[in-house]
Amino acid sequence: MEIPYTTELRPDTGVYNAKLGIWLFLASEVMLFGALFSAYILLRVGAPEGMWPHGWLDVRFGALNTIILALSAITTLLAWAACKVREFGKFKFFHGCTILLALTFLCIKSYEYHDKWIHYEIQMKDGTFADGHLVEQNDKEVLIHGRIVTDEKDLYDLRAQKNIQLQEIRIDRSTIKKMENYAPRHNTFTAIYFTLTGLHALHILGGTCVIFYLWAFGGNMWRKDPERFTNRVEVSGLFWHFVDLVWIFLFPVLYLT
Amino acid sequence: MSEPEHHVELNSYIRRCALVFAAVVCATSLMIYASYLPHFGWPAKVAMILAIAICNAFVVASFLMHLLTEKKMIFTVLIFTVFFFAGLMGLTLWAMNDFPTGTAVH
Repeated sequence: MEIPYTTELRPDTGVYNAKLGIWLFLASEVMLFGALFSAYILLRVGAPEGMWPHGWLDVRFGALNTIILALSAITTLLAWAACKVREFGKFKFFHGCTILLALTFLCIKSYEYHDKWIHYEIQMKDGTFADGHLVEQNDKEVLIHGRIVTDEKDLYDLRAQKNIQLQEIRIDRSTIKKMENYAPRHNTFTAIYFTLTGLHALHILGGTCVIFYLWAFGGNMWRKDPERFTNRVEVSGLFWHFVDLVWIFLFPVLYLT
Repeated sequence: MSEPEHHVELNSYIRRCALVFAAVVCATSLMIYASYLPHFGWPAKVAMILAIAICNAFVVASFLMHLLTEKKMIFTVLIFTVFFFAGLMGLTLWAMNDFPTGTAVH
């Protein structure tokens, strides 16, 4: 059975079916991410004064990922344009670049996650807080690379503090009241940060799988029906641009504000 | 299509993409710069950064997603999306001050 309107335009919509389908899907995605942004706003305005983190995330990594994703969006468009002008070799090159850039994005994101996973806030029995990256630990003591503060609020607004001195601190386990890493359970910021960026990373992963499939196994369809293949590339590209659009808002919201 | 036309089209896309990439880099730099401005409070900074992000998103959607030349049906879908998204954000802003009596407000 032949699937209708894979290449020709449907008279009542003016577009081929897959294009309308992807736009409807993207509309639902807008609402999905919109709901999470809404949750972010409510958590943020509901946080007590001075208890919402500033400067917890490294702006350099966020900016680098923004550039990488923008570049990958461009290579996706060029891959589609190469299909349009019937140059399969260039399509392979540009989509290959997209896959590499997507994997680079995920590697940087993984590094950021790991950095948060080994970052600990340690509440001491004397009321002070030790904060830093775990170097080593055993049954008796914990060694971190970080600092000690007396007021918990000092851990939140890192941008307002100049010249934070970090050093290796050895802490006896018997003096620790509570020790917790910067995982999603740590506080509402880390919870929404991991949820938003995790969902976005899953979208990147999914998009990469689709692009890889077109890149690796698209040759057959290209030979049989290049126009249909080009439309598939366009649809996957629209999804990829949407993922880029989401990051354009995630970066300032999480890293800069 | 003849061979020379192919090259002209792809080259024009490459030029367009270079401009879009430059715009994204500029917007990202501007957002970072705005976040470090010393004489503005957080609300002003957030407003500036989000305004730049919206412009950045417009450039990406217009040129990379070909939104400027899309068909009426796609715009119809987008109008519905914008309506519901605006409603969602409106409800969010409304709920910000919607505390039950006796709630401790920070």
